[in-house]
Amino acid sequence: MSAAIDVEHVTVHYGEVLALDDVSLRVAAGRVCGLIGMNGSGKSTLFKSIMGMVRPDRGRVLIDGADPAAARKRGLVGYVPQSEEVDWAFPVSVRDVVMMGRYGHQGFTRRVRPVDREAVAEALERVELTEFADRQIGQLSGGQRKRAFVARGIAQGAEILLLDEPFAGVDKRSEATIVRLLKELAGAGHTVLVSTHDLHALPQLADEAILLMRRVLLHAGVEEVLRPEHLAMAFGLDVLDEDGAA
Amino acid sequence: MNPLDWLLEPLAYDFMVRALVTTVIAAIVCAVLSCWLVLVGWSLMGDAVSHAVLPGVVLAYIVGAPFALGALVFGFLAVALIGAIRGTSRVKEDAAIGIVFTTLFALGLVLISITPSQTDLNHIVFGNILGVSTGDLIQIGALAAVAFAVLILKRRDLTLYAFDPTHAHAIGLSPRLLGALLLGLLAMTAVVALQVVGVILVVAMLIIPGATAYLLTDRFGRMLVIAPAISVACSIVGLYLSYWLDTASGGMVVLVQGAAFALVYLFSPRHGLLRRRLSRVGRRSDRMAA
Repeated sequence: MSAAIDVEHVTVHYGEVLALDDVSLRVAAGRVCGLIGMNGSGKSTLFKSIMGMVRPDRGRVLIDGADPAAARKRGLVGYVPQSEEVDWAFPVSVRDVVMMGRYGHQGFTRRVRPVDREAVAEALERVELTEFADRQIGQLSGGQRKRAFVARGIAQGAEILLLDEPFAGVDKRSEATIVRLLKELAGAGHTVLVSTHDLHALPQLADEAILLMRRVLLHAGVEEVLRPEHLAMAFGLDVLDEDGAA
Repeated sequence: MNPLDWLLEPLAYDFMVRALVTTVIAAIVCAVLSCWLVLVGWSLMGDAVSHAVLPGVVLAYIVGAPFALGALVFGFLAVALIGAIRGTSRVKEDAAIGIVFTTLFALGLVLISITPSQTDLNHIVFGNILGVSTGDLIQIGALAAVAFAVLILKRRDLTLYAFDPTHAHAIGLSPRLLGALLLGLLAMTAVVALQVVGVILVVAMLIIPGATAYLLTDRFGRMLVIAPAISVACSIVGLYLSYWLDTASGGMVVLVQGAAFALVYLFSPRHGLLRRRLSRVGRRSDRMAA
């Protein structure tokens, strides 16, 4: 059976710099997978490879067993960007952002049809942002902002959701809401790949996790991955000690 | 003299009527495009492309091709050169932009100096709104209509490109293509505005209206209405002022736009400086009361 996300021997260079070194991984449909690694470990590059924004020097990526370009055309891949990548002062409302998930399904001018309006309303309901639909996107809290982008993926009909550091700048309560939402989505058959620094959230959130350091150090259950000796491989220091002090 | 004469007297001259129509057309299409330029962060690029089209326009004049064609070719050439210099040397983007657009602009000036019938072409540099012929007006009108139609029909894609090109890619659109489209529209629009304010001041019409509207609303759809409305009003006021004060018309139009921006910057009910100061004082006194 083909995995939802199938990365085979992907190697990526930026000029002389090696960003990903022979990375292979498979994530099955309906799973939540955490992606852990230091800054510069290649998490963002891996996301970009899965989305087809970076062309690997070697290896290939399959989405649902098919070519990623075809998967993108069908709207299968949804992306929740890091906070720093978004211009929060941009003059769009929450509803506008979620509607952008529908563009792939609409005609040449992206005229809004009733079916699009319904999909957006449902997605907003699902992430509990209906009452904030007309707010400018920057007037949401950190957690609500993330949920707005998850709603965009839902409205899009994405089977695979990629979230880049969704818990950065998000308070504990919003974090719990997002974790619950992602687990619900996985329960409904979506595949969720989450990169995160937040190791504490991982056991509640993920079914499995990947330790990345330009290559896959370990891909296993969350408990296994979170063992101190394994984290030390990826971070090169005693992560849990540091957390204990904080 | 009664106020109505004030408005009507200039219109007794055909050249003033053509000037007014041309200015309004250019003001609308420039202002609509400016909404995206300020959000994508292409102000400097707008400046660069509007200067870099000069040799294209001169060459088109020499061989008798449409101005827009020459402008498009050199607009894209400028961007390709900027990208190449940034990508293949240690020179940063702003320096690359500065090098490329000044060099192409200089090439344009040299071409003008060796081309007979210099008077015509020098107008491209400083604008010559009072000298617009009916033929010019038709060409400008056609270009503006095409640019305007494409901008409005593809407005949602362009906004997505400005807001989140990664998502555009993720749903199978091409951010590269959308960027190229915006660039092509920029080159076309630059040609439209050349006639009004000249190469040097085109960037004002391509930036100020969008920036002004951005300070007035949090809705992109409203920006697309506010920016042209302000731009048209400023252009008409500027043109009348230049008539009655006997000053340079292109310069006057841009001056009035700048003044409108200053007013909005200070007094915008949403994002004006005064409002920001007041709400900061308000928060402070709330804290003290609490």
